[in-house]
Amino acid sequence: MAECHPVGFQWVMEAKARGATVIHVDPRFTRTSALADIHVPIRAGSDIAFLGGIVNHILANGREFREYVAAYTNAATLVGDGFADTEDLDGLFSGFDADNKTYDPATWQYAGMTTATAAAGHREQAMGEAHGHGSKHQGAGRPDSDPSLEDPRCVFQILKRHFSRYTPEMVEEICGVPPELFTRVAEALCANSGRERTSAFVYSVGWTQHTVGVQYIRTASIIQLLLGNIGRPGGGILALRGHASIQGSTDIPTLFNILPGYLPMVPARGPADLAAYIDAYNAPAGFWGHMDAYLVSMLKAWWGDAATADNDYCFDYLPRIDADHSHYRSTLDMADGRVKGFFVVGENPVVGSANGRLQCQALANLDWLVVRDLVEIETAAFWYDSPEIDSGEARTADIGTEVFFLPAAAHTEKDGSFTNTQRLLQWHHAAVEPAGDCRSDLWFYFHLGRIIKDKLAHSTEARDRPVLDLTWDYPTHGPTAEPDAEAVLREISGWGPHGAVDGYADLKADGSTACGCWIYSGSYAGEANQAARRRPGSEQSWVAPEWGWAWPANRRMLYNRASADPEGRPWSARKAYLWWDEDSGRWTGEDVADFVATMRPDYRPPEGASAEDALRGDEPFVMQTDGRGWLFAPTGLVDGPLPAHYEPHESPFTNSLYGQECNPARLIHSRRGNRSNPGGGRPGADAFPYVVSTYRLTEHHTAGGMSRFLAYLCELQPAMFCEVSPELAAERGLVNGGWATVVTSRSAIEARVLVTERMPALRVQGRTVHQVGLPYHWGRRGLSPGDSANDLAGVVLDPNVHIQESKAASCDIRPGRRPRGPDLTRLVDEYLGRAGITSEGP
Amino acid sequence: MIARPSPGDPATDAGWTTDQPRLGFFTDTSLCIGCKACEVACKEWNGVPDDGFDFSGTSYDNTGALGADTWRHVTFTEKLVPAPGGIGSGGGDEVRWLMSSDVCKHCTHAACLDVCPTGALFRTEHGTVVVQDDVCNGCGYCVPACPFGVIDQRRGDGRVWKCTLCYDRIGAGMTPACAQACPTESIKFGRLDQLRASADGRVTTLRAGGAPDARLYGADTTDGVGGMGAFFLLLDDPETYGLPPDPVVTTRDLASMWRTAGAAAVAVVASVAGAVLAGRR
Amino acid sequence: MRTYYGRPVLKAPVWKWPIPVYFFTGGMAGASASLALAARLSGDGALARRSLGVAALAAAASPPLLIADLGRPERFLNMLRVAKATSPMSVGTWVVSAFVPAAIGAAACERTGRLRRVGRVLEAVAGALGPVMCTYTGVLVADTAVPAWHEAHRELPFVFAGSAMASAGAAAVALSPVDGTGAAIARRLLAAGVVVEGAASQVMERAHPHACAPYRGAGRAAVLATTARALTVAGTAVALTLGRRRRPAATAGGALVLVGALCERLCVSEAGVESARDPRATIGPQRRRLDQAR
Repeated sequence: MAECHPVGFQWVMEAKARGATVIHVDPRFTRTSALADIHVPIRAGSDIAFLGGIVNHILANGREFREYVAAYTNAATLVGDGFADTEDLDGLFSGFDADNKTYDPATWQYAGMTTATAAAGHREQAMGEAHGHGSKHQGAGRPDSDPSLEDPRCVFQILKRHFSRYTPEMVEEICGVPPELFTRVAEALCANSGRERTSAFVYSVGWTQHTVGVQYIRTASIIQLLLGNIGRPGGGILALRGHASIQGSTDIPTLFNILPGYLPMVPARGPADLAAYIDAYNAPAGFWGHMDAYLVSMLKAWWGDAATADNDYCFDYLPRIDADHSHYRSTLDMADGRVKGFFVVGENPVVGSANGRLQCQALANLDWLVVRDLVEIETAAFWYDSPEIDSGEARTADIGTEVFFLPAAAHTEKDGSFTNTQRLLQWHHAAVEPAGDCRSDLWFYFHLGRIIKDKLAHSTEARDRPVLDLTWDYPTHGPTAEPDAEAVLREISGWGPHGAVDGYADLKADGSTACGCWIYSGSYAGEANQAARRRPGSEQSWVAPEWGWAWPANRRMLYNRASADPEGRPWSARKAYLWWDEDSGRWTGEDVADFVATMRPDYRPPEGASAEDALRGDEPFVMQTDGRGWLFAPTGLVDGPLPAHYEPHESPFTNSLYGQECNPARLIHSRRGNRSNPGGGRPGADAFPYVVSTYRLTEHHTAGGMSRFLAYLCELQPAMFCEVSPELAAERGLVNGGWATVVTSRSAIEARVLVTERMPALRVQGRTVHQVGLPYHWGRRGLSPGDSANDLAGVVLDPNVHIQESKAASCDIRPGRRPRGPDLTRLVDEYLGRAGITSEGP
Repeated sequence: MIARPSPGDPATDAGWTTDQPRLGFFTDTSLCIGCKACEVACKEWNGVPDDGFDFSGTSYDNTGALGADTWRHVTFTEKLVPAPGGIGSGGGDEVRWLMSSDVCKHCTHAACLDVCPTGALFRTEHGTVVVQDDVCNGCGYCVPACPFGVIDQRRGDGRVWKCTLCYDRIGAGMTPACAQACPTESIKFGRLDQLRASADGRVTTLRAGGAPDARLYGADTTDGVGGMGAFFLLLDDPETYGLPPDPVVTTRDLASMWRTAGAAAVAVVASVAGAVLAGRR
Repeated sequence: MRTYYGRPVLKAPVWKWPIPVYFFTGGMAGASASLALAARLSGDGALARRSLGVAALAAAASPPLLIADLGRPERFLNMLRVAKATSPMSVGTWVVSAFVPAAIGAAACERTGRLRRVGRVLEAVAGALGPVMCTYTGVLVADTAVPAWHEAHRELPFVFAGSAMASAGAAAVALSPVDGTGAAIARRLLAAGVVVEGAASQVMERAHPHACAPYRGAGRAAVLATTARALTVAGTAVALTLGRRRRPAATAGGALVLVGALCERLCVSEAGVESARDPRATIGPQRRRLDQAR
């Protein structure tokens, strides 16, 4: 966190000054470790075993926050008889289809409840038709439960059994973490949780970029629920993002499978009309029970007067989703000639995405490419400057892609908002006008849309109606006709008959309100830009509700009902946050209640209640159909209801826990140029004996577009380098300050060598394993050119979110610079041969 | 003739009659996360040129040292230390990574200022030491005079440059760029008397909290430079951070040097006279 | 000893060759001017005339050397903005500013035969400032943080004074007829200078073995030290033996001593650079001081 989020780390430092214990788990000893109380070196890719060990420590020693667990989680809920655990099936859950490598989640469901709907994730699983189950009504009734937590079918007992072999010894065997150190961490967490204290987890892409990334976070969620650290001050799980406003770009998504506010995209073979969509996705209980108001308001925001009750509010105008169109799938489709055009905005996939060679191949097969960035990044220059052109594998003359490079304005040159990881919208005002032809993204898309509408103005084709009917009337200003960003925020926030709405509770399904993104509703309440509020912390409460605006409803903490006990009293005076005030008949405290403000703690839903009214007054997890925090996830995940340790796709080791080596549902896109190193125990694995992981440095920004072109940053980290332990340096003859070549079955790159004790060798499965650390910022352009670490990474993906496994793989390392020209290809081919990787291989 | 050492206020000693408090930095290295924001902010504000793109192989320090083109320099020291309780990797040792943002010390008795023959270096009303770049003629005398190796000549320019403690900013009531940019308040700016008072408490806290080697560097007004206007809290010996353990302003010995020179001059006179007179016998 | 990746604590002096060369010319000019005055007072007009000429030439060479080394030579007049006792360079600037015109003026008067009285006054001024010219440069280098220089601040003025006298003596030896009284005086001054310089150097290196390590190491300073010593000893020997009888030997001996003295100044300069670049030289004495105080 200190490495990649130094500004945010100030709060960790402040917590430390107030007595917090800071624990850092990382393969490397980083700047964060330097300031932490405990650093835990761990083998990259083994975190579920480590976290699972903590779960086991909690359960085996009775360290859970029992009242919280019993009341607020699904620990007591019974799972259907058909469920079989990884303990039963040697690493698989029930429902696995070995041919398609996918799970059918039917057997993971609660007993007595057809299908629960997840608050997030693959919510379409809950929709019957999409998965071929008969019923499309989910979650009817309450699931069976055993409040004593003794029933062997209850989640609590399943959890106990599932993690019972995640012992400190097993943690050592898999992660290379000594049992004493592991126990010290587990005890520190337990001791700092409960009524009086809370602990927080902070993670970043070190957890997500794995074939089991989502399950990493799930494991942490289980720990936090068991310890009572969710919905309470000082608790939670914080995802640190790679860029400013990554949170914003999922809320109002750049993702292929959701609409704004996490509404599911409409499947091509899904609901035929608005009513069917609402019927399919509306949750019977909780705040997902107002899907109709959210979607209709969004349609009204998009198509305005054209959207009427008679035409289903233009529901038919919504694009349908027919398949996986995630980033890597699209890259492969480009390479195969199925995708012809590509917009790259504020991203540099040639450097930042896995397998740079594959990225270049894909770009070279396009008809056109638009790159909007501050500088001519590698992705814009791939057609004349790439490793493949160097090696002779590609020739400029053969690349037919028409590349449009459009200079972009920086954040300092435009108005807009950032949404940070705690869902806080903070407005920024343009400080200077963009130089020359640089323009904001808002300008670009607004005028692009305007021009397209002009060109189609005389069209009578039905297919053009969605474009022609779009409301596209933002006011503009200045000589460049810059659209008014606040007008866009106002549309996102929504309006009704009486002007800007106060929040999503005002949204209606009758077409009287318009709202671009229901969770952002209220960000322009009172016709004022709430995100632009900057009242200093010293002038308001410690929660600081008047700094910026947090979605939803300016709530600073989600599920904060859990900060009070079932009766509505704070768990402790020290951790008081939200509580029931009997006198006023309301929830009161430091924050906006994430609950129906007037719902009594002893409220019990009457028969036939729906949405939030269908939950009890002591069920804080208001986005779940059962109102509980999910230790066990009956839906929402495509690779299992519980996390299990699987080895990375490329690992020098075998799975110590199960016969199943890797995540069985992972997505492997094996093809020429994207072969995989053989996994542990397989023939040829010894060609790649080391673990490699990639990461960022404080001095550079992601794929380098914002840093490698600036002298003041380049001088601070002027060269691509690799970090190795003194032992590995000795083993392979690497010299500090010299050069090394790192090889995988995708490519070989060169890097300067930094020999450091901060890269400890670990003992795993009784033998020493060395890890090679690679920052991934470098590319061929800018002031400090260098090879790209991502050229080494393969495209192997987590099945839930299609993210690549670039944080743990295997590699070889050798002294000296890499070969030039065609010799580079020959070197990689030699390794493929040595590892026994053939064109038919995996 | 040579007033040494007077622990009084250097601005007053330099003839300022304003009642401006002495301003300075307290760099608490126990809070430094090595982000180098100070280096970048300093360069941005002061228009300091880049230092070249050389990979050093010395941990994450590719800057190397303070100099004409580096007015804030973050040091990175890696060392193995015995782990408390023997926990950690590698046979009971654990890694320690010390980071510290070094800067001009703005000494109470500043050698650079003392030896400057043009008056280009001067004491400001805030008690800081600043080079006037329109006066400096690049004689270079201040360069070897500084006991910390801070000030240096800029190649291609000929003049010497160093931290001004953002003279332009603090004169306008602003915080120096580095302190403003520091995310963890490792660099604190303010009245020196107040900074020193807070630093003592910080040392006590750290020592009680398991950092027995925590100590202040440059806070003692009786040290060889009369105390530093920019002082530090260190977690190890100064030399670990590339700092001299007991710096002394060279001009402290200047009177003695002149006396010696006088004696040598007398020797010259005597020798010459002797050479001439010896022939007369 | 712990250091930060072996990096220097100090910044090495940025002075290039003109400065040590100036130490040589300035010292020789100063000692020669004093010698000229002494000779004049003792009635040896020939020696006075010759030494005054040496002083004037060496003095004339000095300001260009000093100015050439400035980072901003066009700003050399800024030296005269202030007079600072704490800055030996400032003191030296004013001394040089008085000495150089005096020495050149005195020599000019002597050569042209005009303004004799003014010439005598100037000669007196130059002769009186001569010892300062010989020694202030020792303070100049000693008044730095450079260990080899600063630690030796009690010896360096003597080293420089001795070297200056040896130079003045050597120049006079080289220029004087071997059998005149002037040559005898010059030889005595040469001998005295060599002895003072040699003794002071010995004392310096023994008193500060760590700081003065560069004089004995394997670097350029040590090579220069050896060269300087060899040239000085050889030149002195030649000048005091064969040089008593033969003019070419006297000229050669004097020249050797002059080159030796130049090497000596380059050596001291180089030793300073090497010492500043060695963090152990900086940290060592300070750490010992702290440990002793403990």
